[in-house]
Amino acid sequence: MDFATLLQMLDATLRLATPLLLACLAGLYSERAGIFDIGLEGKMLAAAFMSAAIASVTGDVWLGLLAGIGASMLLSGIHGLASITFRGNQLISGVAINFLAAGLTVVIAQSWFKQGGRTPQLAGDARFNPIDLPFAEQLRDVPVFGTIYYELISGHTILVYVALLLVPTTWWVLYRTRFGLRLRAVGENPAAVDTAGVSVIGLRFAAVAICGVLCGIAGAYLATALQAGFTKDMSAGRGYIALAALIFAKWRPWYALYSCLLFGFLQAMALRSDVVENVIGFALNNQLLDVLPFILVVILTGFVGKAAGPKAGGQAYVKER
Amino acid sequence: MDVMPKWADVILIPVISIILAAILSALVILAIGENPWAALKLMVSGALGSTYGWGYTIYYATNFIFTGLAVAIAAQAKMFNIGGEGQALLGGLGVAIVCLYIPWPHWTVALIGAAAAAALFGAAWAAIPAFLQAKRGSHIVITTIMFNFIAAALLNFLLIGALKAPGMEPATSKFPEPAHLPSFQDMFNFGDTTFFRGAPANVTFFVALAACLFVWALVWRTRLGYEIRSFGESESAAKYAGISPTKIIMVTMLISGALAGMMAINNVQGEAERLVLNAAEGAGFIGIAVALMGRNHPFGVLLAALLFGFLYQGGAELALWTSIPRELIIVIQALVILFTGALDNMVRMPLERLFLAMRRA
Repeated sequence: MDFATLLQMLDATLRLATPLLLACLAGLYSERAGIFDIGLEGKMLAAAFMSAAIASVTGDVWLGLLAGIGASMLLSGIHGLASITFRGNQLISGVAINFLAAGLTVVIAQSWFKQGGRTPQLAGDARFNPIDLPFAEQLRDVPVFGTIYYELISGHTILVYVALLLVPTTWWVLYRTRFGLRLRAVGENPAAVDTAGVSVIGLRFAAVAICGVLCGIAGAYLATALQAGFTKDMSAGRGYIALAALIFAKWRPWYALYSCLLFGFLQAMALRSDVVENVIGFALNNQLLDVLPFILVVILTGFVGKAAGPKAGGQAYVKER
Repeated sequence: MDVMPKWADVILIPVISIILAAILSALVILAIGENPWAALKLMVSGALGSTYGWGYTIYYATNFIFTGLAVAIAAQAKMFNIGGEGQALLGGLGVAIVCLYIPWPHWTVALIGAAAAAALFGAAWAAIPAFLQAKRGSHIVITTIMFNFIAAALLNFLLIGALKAPGMEPATSKFPEPAHLPSFQDMFNFGDTTFFRGAPANVTFFVALAACLFVWALVWRTRLGYEIRSFGESESAAKYAGISPTKIIMVTMLISGALAGMMAINNVQGEAERLVLNAAEGAGFIGIAVALMGRNHPFGVLLAALLFGFLYQGGAELALWTSIPRELIIVIQALVILFTGALDNMVRMPLERLFLAMRRA
């Protein structure tokens, strides 16, 4: 494999890791606050549809992004209502949200656009287009560094950079701000947070809301940046892969980036099976590559190591038990 | 002391939840410009208006009884088995292997053999998540979800590879004649009047009924069932009483996986008579809605499975005759899970207050 092909693979890795990373960080906020969220998939899907639908109607991708975030937040609101206000089972609520999104997106898409459950193809300003970073063109001919800068780092859509910047931001919020300390505390020991006079319910709703925003961006990225329009079930298990990445990362932001890049690389390998075959000498099975993230997580955090989530995860908080 | 009488808990709350889900579904139908009342009438006539419709309704219900029981028995031990889909897929693999490679003399023996293989494969697929939950602290919900994906990939791999029949389609070849199960059409054929003509309901329905009875007897009439329920009520109390958590988690999940796997004798051996891609078609997930609605009781599961069988067949008719897509059924399924599962307290809390007020008065 030559240098150019390697850069192409890494470029694809970055593009494919972005939705995983956004969803993974979304889950990180929610689960660190003690709210399990297996509804990442559904929220991404709803956001993907809504962003593509609004972008195609208005021709403005930013309005689409806002609408996508709105759809995702709405589902987050349902999840919060069910699991925080009514102290219902968070896992069941997540399952319901996934099915709600899987069904409603197709039903509404069919009713609005009559194209068999998809939105029209997006083009021009209705999509997020690649942006060139400063000096990319000038540095292009500088050996190695310039090529890497031009081919790999520059030329992505803005959401890729947003996702990458969210990693240090999340680290800073979680470990260097009062809000982050409280957020982590509410996932470990909500009673202590309550005793300190801080609202457990308020904090958990805040976390679920942040989760909604990030899933919204992830979904919008799928439909308006990675692809040009919404198709049925286009999230294709990415919400679950993000969940696997979150466990792999043991609920820490920087490790979330590494595991999402790893899983993104596996997806890139599945896309470029010809390159993989050239390098290792035999063809890897694509089905295997698709589920390799899950197999890795089962083996490495199940059999070999251990990954225990926040202590109060999954339990509704009842004052004065 | 219970705040509410038992009948309110068992009947009133599910009924109110379903009415809420139905109202929202009707609103969705209205919003896409169709008439909900006409849609309901079409669903009733399509699913229940003929023995053909009933044959489909019962066929779907048979699938949902198995997957519903699988979720229900795990829920008795306070475990959430989302892996019914993967376990049912693996059950299909078991059925296909014994039907293709063993020359069965008669369908009765084939049914027993296939059921055993389906149960074994389903249980095996549940065993690893169960082990990881019991011994390594991995969350069973997460592992069973992942095993759904792994199962789907494994079956794709086998159906385009080792098990593929000659031809374009990713499917096994047809099972030999003696392994075919009698359909309702074969069973209810009285000379000149044939009922259930062309419908896929088959003898597996009676196996499903027997499975309901088995789960009921197991959970409420045996020592193991008592241990499962104790563990579900309070893990620490069960431990103190000398019940091994590892044993309960493993045994319950093996039974759960076996039940989900046994669905395959209905859809793989009974209907398709060969193994195709994505044979379970989401029935594993509908088991969640069915178990929630049936309050994890086999009789409730039976009723809920029939209701979902009706919704499935009715939904297919809707998709055929109106502009309402099939995915509407997924929306209804989601609403049922939401209201009977996650938002249970939303219905329960006001009702409890009402009953308390009535008691004081």
